[in-house]
Amino acid sequence: MRLKLEARPVPSPAMRYLSPLLAAALTVVVGFVVFSALGQNPLAAFRAFFIQPLSSTNGIAELLLKASPLMMIATGLAVGFRANVWNIGAEGQLIAGAIAGGGVALYAEGMGAGGLLAVMVVAGALGGMVWAAIPAFLRTRFNASEILTSLMLTYVAALLLSYLVHEPWRDPQGFNFPQSKMFDDALLFPILVETTRLNASFLVALAVVAAGWVFINKSFLGYQMRVAGLADAAARYAGFSAKRTIWIGMLAGGGAAGIAGLAEVAGPIGQLTPSISPGYGFAAIIVAFVGRLNPAGILLASLLMSLLYLGGEQAQIELRLPSAITGLFQGMLLFFLLGADVLINYRLRVVRPVHAAAATAAGKAA
Amino acid sequence: MQDATAAATPRLSLRGIRKAYPSVVANDGIDLEVVPGEIHAVLGENGAGKSTLMKIIYGVATPDAGEIRWEGRPVEIANPHAARSLGIGMVFQHFSLFETLTVTENVALAIDGAKDLAALARRIEEVSQRYGLPLDPRRLVHSLSVGERQRVEIVRCLLQQPKLLIMDEPTSVLTPQAVLKLFETLRQLASEGCSILYISHKLDEIKALCTGATVLRGGKVTGNCDPRNETASSMARLMIGKDLPVCAHAEATAGGEPRLVVAGLSHKSDDPFGTDLEDVHLTVHSGEIVGIAGVSGNGQQELLFALSGEEPLAEPFPIRLLGAAVGRMHPGRRRKLGMGFVPEERLGRGAVPNMSLAENALLTAHRAGEMVRGGLVRADRTTAFARDCIEKFTVKCGGPEAEARSLSGGNLQKFIVGREILQAPQVLVVAQPTWGVDVGAAAFIRQALIDLRNRGTAILVISEELDELFEICDRLAVIAKGRLSPTKRTRETNVEEIGVWMSGLWPGAHTDDIGSSTLKAAHAAQA
Repeated sequence: MRLKLEARPVPSPAMRYLSPLLAAALTVVVGFVVFSALGQNPLAAFRAFFIQPLSSTNGIAELLLKASPLMMIATGLAVGFRANVWNIGAEGQLIAGAIAGGGVALYAEGMGAGGLLAVMVVAGALGGMVWAAIPAFLRTRFNASEILTSLMLTYVAALLLSYLVHEPWRDPQGFNFPQSKMFDDALLFPILVETTRLNASFLVALAVVAAGWVFINKSFLGYQMRVAGLADAAARYAGFSAKRTIWIGMLAGGGAAGIAGLAEVAGPIGQLTPSISPGYGFAAIIVAFVGRLNPAGILLASLLMSLLYLGGEQAQIELRLPSAITGLFQGMLLFFLLGADVLINYRLRVVRPVHAAAATAAGKAA
Repeated sequence: MQDATAAATPRLSLRGIRKAYPSVVANDGIDLEVVPGEIHAVLGENGAGKSTLMKIIYGVATPDAGEIRWEGRPVEIANPHAARSLGIGMVFQHFSLFETLTVTENVALAIDGAKDLAALARRIEEVSQRYGLPLDPRRLVHSLSVGERQRVEIVRCLLQQPKLLIMDEPTSVLTPQAVLKLFETLRQLASEGCSILYISHKLDEIKALCTGATVLRGGKVTGNCDPRNETASSMARLMIGKDLPVCAHAEATAGGEPRLVVAGLSHKSDDPFGTDLEDVHLTVHSGEIVGIAGVSGNGQQELLFALSGEEPLAEPFPIRLLGAAVGRMHPGRRRKLGMGFVPEERLGRGAVPNMSLAENALLTAHRAGEMVRGGLVRADRTTAFARDCIEKFTVKCGGPEAEARSLSGGNLQKFIVGREILQAPQVLVVAQPTWGVDVGAAAFIRQALIDLRNRGTAILVISEELDELFEICDRLAVIAKGRLSPTKRTRETNVEEIGVWMSGLWPGAHTDDIGSSTLKAAHAAQA
């Protein structure tokens, strides 16, 4: 008797939605083992990791605040991923958006706030798009892999930000810390819930998710992108432009990441600093896949991922666990998801050896 | 060569072979017997289970139940290597040769312990001469024609002195004359005691060649016969369960306006082993069907890509559609001008496998079906179009929401042809309209094309099935080595003439730079 992976005649629609749940469950199980191995009481550790962050208004507000950039970026990335455009550099596009939008805030100081926040949002989106346009151009013009170019540009963006806050944009009154001036309060996203940090960028994120849902599921352009992702030759046959697909796919991710970056600096941070994101741009890739590249699923997945961030912080404070615990959980989630996805197209079957008798017969005859 | 007892026992005998895949029972209770020196046909439509059965014999698939006896004793054929050591050779429909290696190197890869390449080359020459399969062992495979590549495959099998040779649809890549040559080779082999399993759906070939036949339908054996004593229609009844359908049509009325004009089209292929198109001229008029015959790999793909716009040309003029020079336009713009196109690959090119039929309607019919408003898709329109197509073209499926890949090849082809026809194209280009389609669906599709012609559409059909072209086309041309012959009225030519043209030898052809081996083969065929 042995286990056999057998191709399903049609992919299982149930498994498509069960697979993320299965992955989450496996992550919890292995998390249990990891906590035990670290000498923690697993139940207490789980309480600290998954329950405590949600037990106060402030905790919920933080959950939504951290979920906002994740859902925004993941939705933008999903547009490209659906069309096999692999933008891995959302982190860099986030930084570029923060630089562009933050730059507007710094240079427009004292010019009156009316509508300036909207200009900053647009500038943030454009900054992210410009950064994403570089891999798009290299791919469409020279067929350079956007996976590599977009990823490498992330480090360029981080160094560019570092340069700006160390030199030209450094706050003269900042005791030589590498950071810009604080933005005017009027240029920050307004707070939604008193005494918390949750701000209006959450509403922007919801709007981006809604727009992404309409684009992917209802628009003709979104349909063309899906065709390009599912069957390249069919898109060519129908006359859908492959270059346009790449451009839209890259710019959607770049724009969304740019807004997310601006929302960080014009939100909880309030200024430009060398480090403005705990890896939202990379985590959003996981969010996009856990959410099945579907904005509705991404909304839920971003909440889960946000909880992993909060739980990781809580675990550091309460249990004195290393900060790498957050990355560990993120990695496990994606790992198990990719593994569980095999079950969409395959099923496990127990097979009994049927040929044993025939084989012996043949052996005797030979 | 064979002693009396060996001749009495069948070389291969199958009893109760069954093979089930998750979605289909491919073989069910198959019995088959081949005696030494017999050329035995395995006859059946696409999807009847022929390929699965051959895979089982050649050790590529294992049966779920049943018994295989080789020369009287039960065996289990675990893999192709085991099959070869028993003495089974197989020539696949799709060749497995390395294009950048020579003939000798390719053969050496398949033979255990072949180290002395020079000696092997001599043996290849010997065998190829003995069986009338002229072949130069030093040539690189990519420079060989498809027919020559098939010879490499056959010679590779013969070098291992097989006792059973399996030929899978071998004539689909050959000219009619080359088919006759192949038959001679096979008869010679059989006379030396080799058994041959000959898989085909072409009834006249089987009648001309085979001395026994097993007919499959839906995975089961529906009959055994001696093809020499049968008529094509009696075998067809065994194969499809009813009489062969025929298309009703009269010849097109002359004098339609020219709709698709190809003038001096030359195009270098991007693929290093592709075929360059050279100075192609062709006109298709309103209300006629023009057919392009040819052995596969002679530029059909390249011509189709150029016509559809999937590989646009550098200049606009060589292709004119309703008077407009469209050479540089992409497929979407050509469609807008009134061109429809049915590609030869259905899944993945003509249709998106994982999308519903309604979504697949949107793929090309969005303009004609007014399916997009304000950038958004109108789902009611796509569903209505798909439903209309399913009804008018009797597509068997689970409705407009069924995924394209859930349909059988024939039904999906009906849907794709239907989708293109319902857009009322001015010009329709169709590649391999009935390739891999069962006989009933094939007749339906041919009739639909003829009806469309009668409504005034200009239709171009590119096919490797000569019978089909003769059945539906008003004029015929032949493509060979990237060049196109002049067209000829179908009623004024015949299979033999088109067959000679398929070697590149039409009146006025530039014969000087056609491969010498092709020439030789053609002369041999004519002689």
